[in-house]
Amino acid sequence: MELKTVRAPRVAVRYFEGGEGAPLVFLHSAGGVTAEDPLLNALAANYHVYAPLLPGYGDSEEAPEIRDMLDFTLHFWDVVDALKLEDPILVGHSMGGMIAAEMAALQPNDVSRLVLICPAGLWDDKHPVPDIFSLLPYEMPHYLYHDAEAGAATLTAGRALDDPAFLQAFLVTNARQLGMAGRILFPIPERGLATRLYRIKAKTLLIWGDSDRLVPPPYAHRFKEGIRGSRLVSIPEAGHMVTTEKTARVVEAIGSFVSA
Amino acid sequence: MKFTWFNLMPWPYLPDDFREKNRSVWVDIDQRLFDPVKSHEVYNTYMDLLEYAGGLGFDGIGVNEHHQNGYGMMPSPNLIAAALARRTRDVALVVLGNSIALYNPPIRVAEEFAMLDCISGGRLVAGFPVGTSMDTNFCYGQIPSLTREKYQEAHDLILRAWTERDIFAFNGRYNKLRHVNIWPRPIQEPHPPIHIPGGGSVETYDFCIDNTYSYSYLSFTGYIRAKALMQGYWDRVAARNAPDTSPYRAGFAQTVCVAETDAEAERLYWPHVSYFYNRCLHVYAGFADAPGYRTIKTIQSGALSQYAPARASFSKLTWKDLTEQGHVIAGSPETVRQRMEELIKGLHVGNIFCLMHVGDMPTEKCMYSTKLFAEKVMPKLRDMFPEFADDSRFWCKPLDKRVKAGSLPAEPRRAALPVEA
Repeated sequence: MELKTVRAPRVAVRYFEGGEGAPLVFLHSAGGVTAEDPLLNALAANYHVYAPLLPGYGDSEEAPEIRDMLDFTLHFWDVVDALKLEDPILVGHSMGGMIAAEMAALQPNDVSRLVLICPAGLWDDKHPVPDIFSLLPYEMPHYLYHDAEAGAATLTAGRALDDPAFLQAFLVTNARQLGMAGRILFPIPERGLATRLYRIKAKTLLIWGDSDRLVPPPYAHRFKEGIRGSRLVSIPEAGHMVTTEKTARVVEAIGSFVSA
Repeated sequence: MKFTWFNLMPWPYLPDDFREKNRSVWVDIDQRLFDPVKSHEVYNTYMDLLEYAGGLGFDGIGVNEHHQNGYGMMPSPNLIAAALARRTRDVALVVLGNSIALYNPPIRVAEEFAMLDCISGGRLVAGFPVGTSMDTNFCYGQIPSLTREKYQEAHDLILRAWTERDIFAFNGRYNKLRHVNIWPRPIQEPHPPIHIPGGGSVETYDFCIDNTYSYSYLSFTGYIRAKALMQGYWDRVAARNAPDTSPYRAGFAQTVCVAETDAEAERLYWPHVSYFYNRCLHVYAGFADAPGYRTIKTIQSGALSQYAPARASFSKLTWKDLTEQGHVIAGSPETVRQRMEELIKGLHVGNIFCLMHVGDMPTEKCMYSTKLFAEKVMPKLRDMFPEFADDSRFWCKPLDKRVKAGSLPAEPRRAALPVEA
């Protein structure tokens, strides 16, 4: 994947681009995305992938003026326009899924294929989503991965939280990234999407890891009920990071959905 | 010098195994540990202590705002201050303060502070904290990266509401008000003095300097560790060309315990100091700093929360550690005087917030320590900054003639009643 910059009306946006085929826009989770991301690279085998970073993620410029859900949603439509794309396959993971669903609800005539991978955005008192903003790094893997031990190894690679310089860099990254994500996810990752789901006209695929402990599977059914005609693919032995734990299964599900 | 006697109002009945059985004293503290019936006596005793200090020559008595916190039972400091206003005569009421980003709309603070100033006859010192991440983000749900913007808007609105005499419309991002016209408004002109508690944010330094507000560092780690942070503030004061370096531009909170001798201080106060540092400061590190709460500039300057993981190791500290490292200033009046002098000179601060009720300290010990400080320490520290003795910008200016609460006659006088023709 190649890291590029496109000028959107409010801010310059960094994005990964790679592959050939039908255009596909991927919106990342609150954890961000890198050039090495297995899902992006696998998708690039079949699609022309664009993965814009939310302002503040990676080395991208911050956007103080993007504050609420409508700002986020319009911003990503601005990015799609700036990339000169029309009706790309819209894929979003977790926070990115929440934004993608909002985009499809706001401009229902501009999205015909929507893929939501364990999206955030709904709230169910019986299944509260854990507060990711108060989790310490060592507590994360349990919520993100089916195999927490293997996940922890991926997450903590190269981290040394007792080294002050590393800690400072880590805190700056967190403040930039999760600070921005918090505008739509803190303290509860719900900004009224449930009242707008009915507007979505796109053919919609929901993908969920059976062991998702962050946005647990009951939410899959809430989305399925809310989006007319949507299909759900549940993937066993995968958690919230189904994108890395079962990459091939996710790519396969997207493939058969797009060609159907 | 201005000395304020401060009470955090800790819950004094946290169990011995509190640390082991609970992850945090704040935000998600076990509701079952609170006993409303016991709190009746706790609240009244704590308010009695504040009033006691008010009668001993302290310049101010201080209260603050915390939420869902086992060491701070004052979600509304204004309620406590209102009660104190009625039962005290001369002492300043230092409300340090109201977390203005949490009030909707924030003119509520303009109004309540105005009421306090009016009831007390101009004795209010007003504090406007951003609030800790625990209170502001995790308890009161404010979005971390928007908290400062909301705080700033609340500040601007309150100041306009206090100072403008014509009704105005306020079209803010977070507050839309058509008819701002607070009633009452404060006695003090142009407004009560403002103190801003901060934890090392560069932005807060500048905000204080540019508005002539007093910067207060309210830490529990004592004056020796505060040196770098306060020096950072004074460096900013110089860099921004403030017209003077008055020590009243700054305040500092310090835990202080006085006894007849150093040995007596350890014997009397160690259990309560230990209670405070072991149980009260047991805060889950995940609540210390919601991402986005602290600005990038501040993180880069190295100012982290005093509850951040790297620092939250209070539980291992002994009495010797705590006193030698300055977390706590304790000992005989002479020992305390010497160390207070080091603090005042070293940090160049004119406002001292004396944390004299510590942890589960019983009333008698607290009164004993307070009285010794007021009689044997405070008088000797009064004139540390003679060249700034006339600086009244950072302290309240009470009315000369103030009424006394409770001055009605025992019975109505018959002659005064109107007579029907």
